[in-house]
Amino acid sequence: MTQTRAVEPWTLEPLQRFVAESAARLALLTTTSGQVIAQHGFSRAVDVMSAAALGAAIAASTSEIIRMLQEPAFRALSHQGQRHGIFLARFATPRGPLLALVVYGSDSSIGLVQLFFEQFARDLAAACPAPEPGKQVLAADFERDLNASLAALFGR
Amino acid sequence: MSTRFQAALDTVTRVRGVRGAMLVAGEDGLVVAEALMEGIRGNAVAALAASLAKRLRRASETAACGLPQFVHLQASHGSLLAAPAPSGMLLVVVAEADINVGLARLEMLHAGEAVA
Repeated sequence: MTQTRAVEPWTLEPLQRFVAESAARLALLTTTSGQVIAQHGFSRAVDVMSAAALGAAIAASTSEIIRMLQEPAFRALSHQGQRHGIFLARFATPRGPLLALVVYGSDSSIGLVQLFFEQFARDLAAACPAPEPGKQVLAADFERDLNASLAALFGR
Repeated sequence: MSTRFQAALDTVTRVRGVRGAMLVAGEDGLVVAEALMEGIRGNAVAALAASLAKRLRRASETAACGLPQFVHLQASHGSLLAAPAPSGMLLVVVAEADINVGLARLEMLHAGEAVA
């Protein structure tokens, strides 16, 4: 059974609604540096981590091209394949910008994904709690935090 | 917008009761050209109408009825009309409830031919 899981609980309900409405097959919510916040449809941790890293890299490289062209900040990219389409978008929340990577099949369309993504971004911005004060990142905490995130995303 | 598309949409929007007409990319659900009254969310109607048309096509084919030629969705406060246009496009019309559907259908088919 396909499941939606979140490291940050406030993202769960908006993501479930977005996936149901847009008929997305895979959805991944990350920070702009590729840290996973929530996912739908992935069954293996390695796939999530790869997709998150690639999504963040695509957004970063596109942002750089956009900066060279002196255009406003990166917003969205889409790719239409034969069986699947990919939609990658950046949006603002009170905790800073986030990335959404969405994969959809023939039972959806880029129009539907874009349409419901607008509402998804608004729902997340509304549900987002106030930013926490910055804390020092310690190497000792890293592995524990990573394991906690994987447990939240895959239930193990 | 291409003047050919605009002219085709104009022939449809001249029908009394039509609140807007759009050419939509059938597979993508994205707006190709539109002539809409204020207050109609073109991108939302396009995406949802294309999705509806895709599902109706699947249902029609499954029932061995062939491809849908015309879709009329009658709602309590208006109607949604859709007809396939060339190159995988879909002509979508948002109309008042009391529209003359026969006339609208005729103009939609003419518009579809005009953008071929």
